[in-house]
Amino acid sequence: MALADQDQSTPVGPAGLSGSRVVQALLVAAIILTVLRPWLPDGLVRAPEWMLLPWRDWIDTVFQYVTFDLGFINVTRFLSGGLEFVLDAVANILYGRARWPRFEAVPWTVVASIAAVLGYALGGWRLALLTGATFVWAAVVGQWKWTMETLSVVFVAAPLGFLLGGLIGIWCWKSKRVEETVKPLLLVMQVLPFFSYLLPAVIFFKVGPTAATVATMAYSLPPMILMTTIGLKKVSPEVVEAGKMSGCTRWQMLRHVYIPSARSEILVGLNQVIMLCLAMVVLTAAIGMPGLGAKLLEAMGSFKLGRAFEIGVTIVLLAVVLDRLSKAWVVNLPEHFERGTPWWRRNIYLVIGVTLFIVFIGLSLMVSGMKPQPIEDAGFGNWFVGILDEVHRKEAMSQGKVYDRAIKDFLSLDAVTSVTGAIRYFVNVYILIPTERALLFVPTLAVIFAVTALAYRLGGKGPAILGFVFFCIVAQFGYWDRAMLTLHSVFMAVLLAVVLGAPLAIFASRSEKRAKRTILLCDTFQTFPSYVYLLPAIMLFGISPVTVILSILIYTMVPIVRYTLEGLRGVPPELTEAADMSGATRWQKLTQVQFPLAMPTIAVGVNQALVFAFFMVIIAEFIGTRDIGQEMRRTMAGTELGWNFVLGFSVVFMALTFDIAINAWAEKRRKLLGLA
Amino acid sequence: MSDAPVISAHNVWKLFGTDPEGYLAKMPQGRSYSDIQADGYIAGVKDVSVEVAKGEMLVIMGLSGSGKSTLVRCFSRLHEITGGTIEVDGQDIMALNEKQLIEMRRSKMGMVFQSFGLLPHRTVLENIAFPLEMRGQDKHDRRERALEVIKLVGLDGREDYFPRELSGGQQQRVGIARSLAIEPDIWFLDEPFSALDPLIRREMQDEFLRLQAMLNKTIVFITHDFDEALRLADRIAIMKDGAVEQCDTPDKIVLNPATPYVAKFTEEIDKARVVHAGTLARPDLAANGDPIPAGTTIHELARQLVDDDREALPVVSKDGVIIGGLDRRQALDILLGAA
Repeated sequence: MALADQDQSTPVGPAGLSGSRVVQALLVAAIILTVLRPWLPDGLVRAPEWMLLPWRDWIDTVFQYVTFDLGFINVTRFLSGGLEFVLDAVANILYGRARWPRFEAVPWTVVASIAAVLGYALGGWRLALLTGATFVWAAVVGQWKWTMETLSVVFVAAPLGFLLGGLIGIWCWKSKRVEETVKPLLLVMQVLPFFSYLLPAVIFFKVGPTAATVATMAYSLPPMILMTTIGLKKVSPEVVEAGKMSGCTRWQMLRHVYIPSARSEILVGLNQVIMLCLAMVVLTAAIGMPGLGAKLLEAMGSFKLGRAFEIGVTIVLLAVVLDRLSKAWVVNLPEHFERGTPWWRRNIYLVIGVTLFIVFIGLSLMVSGMKPQPIEDAGFGNWFVGILDEVHRKEAMSQGKVYDRAIKDFLSLDAVTSVTGAIRYFVNVYILIPTERALLFVPTLAVIFAVTALAYRLGGKGPAILGFVFFCIVAQFGYWDRAMLTLHSVFMAVLLAVVLGAPLAIFASRSEKRAKRTILLCDTFQTFPSYVYLLPAIMLFGISPVTVILSILIYTMVPIVRYTLEGLRGVPPELTEAADMSGATRWQKLTQVQFPLAMPTIAVGVNQALVFAFFMVIIAEFIGTRDIGQEMRRTMAGTELGWNFVLGFSVVFMALTFDIAINAWAEKRRKLLGLA
Repeated sequence: MSDAPVISAHNVWKLFGTDPEGYLAKMPQGRSYSDIQADGYIAGVKDVSVEVAKGEMLVIMGLSGSGKSTLVRCFSRLHEITGGTIEVDGQDIMALNEKQLIEMRRSKMGMVFQSFGLLPHRTVLENIAFPLEMRGQDKHDRRERALEVIKLVGLDGREDYFPRELSGGQQQRVGIARSLAIEPDIWFLDEPFSALDPLIRREMQDEFLRLQAMLNKTIVFITHDFDEALRLADRIAIMKDGAVEQCDTPDKIVLNPATPYVAKFTEEIDKARVVHAGTLARPDLAANGDPIPAGTTIHELARQLVDDDREALPVVSKDGVIIGGLDRRQALDILLGAA
């Protein structure tokens, strides 16, 4: 990690040893162990068999006990009954699943127009256009049903996550004890691989939408909890006192004073919940959830790139729309109407919405008996009338085959194949394979020492001890080699992301306009569900280790660029001006002034990139890897909870080690620079 | 001001720290502010005894960190006090349970805040009606009463605005209207005009005096501005390090500052504009001729003091009773800044 060189402070170690001595000693020990590896007994190279505790069985036993002996399964069965009912009702309305309340599916025109009105109400014409166009696109290319399947889960999971997260957030704010218990749990939840949410969800709740909803909802909880607590804590003390002096009871305080005053933070939490829900629900394809995710998986699996591309576009559009809508809600503050404004003017959005609803329902009823016709035969007018109720397969304008042809033609161009082939060969043979072999060659103990040294250097004693313990646990979980492969992919990708992203950010920071555009771009990219990042990687490099690295690389570039840019821009102008007046060259200014001051922020970006990478590397299993992800996939088939959790927590412990160490470093550094 | 005091505080302590009650119980007599600080506690309010009579305006003056805001929050029990007693209308407020406390605030107290403390999601009308809503008044009554106070503070026509659509002065008018909505007997104002720019501040002070002349509430007013205190107060309590340095009428504080700290504030003050004839009137001094009203300031009497040639001028109270004689030389000394 490039970060380590920047830190000149030397924490004092145990027994009077200076911190750098401890780091040196650990590194020397690691090197000696590595060099001596060929002569070391097996027990020192990898954790010996007798040291591996039967975690799998223990976890299974505990789960068995809680599930069946304590009857937890009855609780979850009961809950899943209720959840299924709600999901079915939503599904009935959105895509006409034959369940209660037995309405027919709402025509796509109605959904699209109401969505557009919502966009208009929250963000004006542009947002209305974007929202409407997204739904029109989904319908016209023939993905309406899948989109609605996906959205029906989001529409149930997001409100649930919002409510539950909000309630836990309030509880954390009320009680310090609860907050102290929940905080570390949230930390773990944020790095626990999504597969470890899916499996328990499947076991406790029924396969399909129910389990998908529960897993998705659970994964979206942490940001909602954090934002709620932050928002409530930030309410101005005078507003609180004003409430008390107005004679509010405790409930009135919460309902009328605290929650409305924390509106912005709570709505930002809602935004995150929605985004995470969408990102996760497409991944629940792994447990048989139908919808866009499943179709994307299918298309990628059978290498139908055109179709995959089309679905990817839909997912991205949906993400952007949901993000913009919920963000617009955050900044959309009420404005007063002048006296005597008529009723319809005050409720203009409602009026338009209801009008459009009636118009399109009417239209769809009128045309519902018509025979589906493709646009080529019927002409645009007839075709358009024909699709007002439902877009049938024949009418759909999907160009999947065309894109497929185009993409495959492009990729098989000699110029392209030679470039991608060369990159693939070079990266694979000269970078990935050697480093991977090297990492696997190093004895377990040496890796642990090196990691501990790094954590010591970055965060000091506390993080170092945690890192040591965490990696020891990973070692005796018994999946060391797979863990190292995971770690290898993560490190290589993040390293490449830093190498490529940092110059990009420096370039962008040179002009205000460019910086703004780049941040907007990063924000947009960040809303894309992680799943779609696999697409371009597959297109370019097929199914290979390079693809995995590339998809993680693209995904992790976003936080690297973003935070580097923000760090550089956050440097006070007086300081750069002072550097200019001291006669510093651009390079000197960058290395002597801007980077040192931006480092704490950049470190946060690197940390986020690492967390993202640990997430993505497991997802990358969808396109085939040999690391923990692959193993986790296997546990899903056999519903082996113990096994799944051991693997999941291997990732958690590795990720937390870096997370804690880097955050400690950034914190320390910030204090040192007086930025805190 | 003859009946029992509305607020009476005796030996009130408010300490901040890990175990304030335990510390206060064991604390030896005569610990100073810095001694207490050295022990790891902050004395927000330090052994304060003060009374506020019905219809009186007590201004608590002090620099930031002097404990004035803390003290007023003890009166309304926004802070729980560490020691001493506070009685409001003869009722020990520390003995109230939560329900009674809420009831007291709903029926008796109003408070205005420095940064207004308005609820951002409610309109002017809804903000002002908020205390009424909290105590469960029905919508129609609420609206009617809120419109009444809106008119009183001169915000007619802005009922449907949201706080962020108003200027600072207008926002504070909303704060004032809200605090008056329940028709409180006791009115707390915590630096209500400090966040406003000087011209608006002056205007709001006039407005405030107009309101008080109409309403005649019992008021505790906090400020860090000595001029403001002199302008508004019946009595001023000057605070430093949590303790009251001096508590008296503006005239007496200006004429006889009790401590060097208080004297520092009074030094720059034009005393002639503060001191009233009534304060200087001595019953033992006989005087003849045309009397002067007790409520006029020496500054207002300037021309007469110079022109008149009597040794002493008779001073007459509002009720037309001669309360004593004014030593003209003493008054002239004050006018010329020699006293």
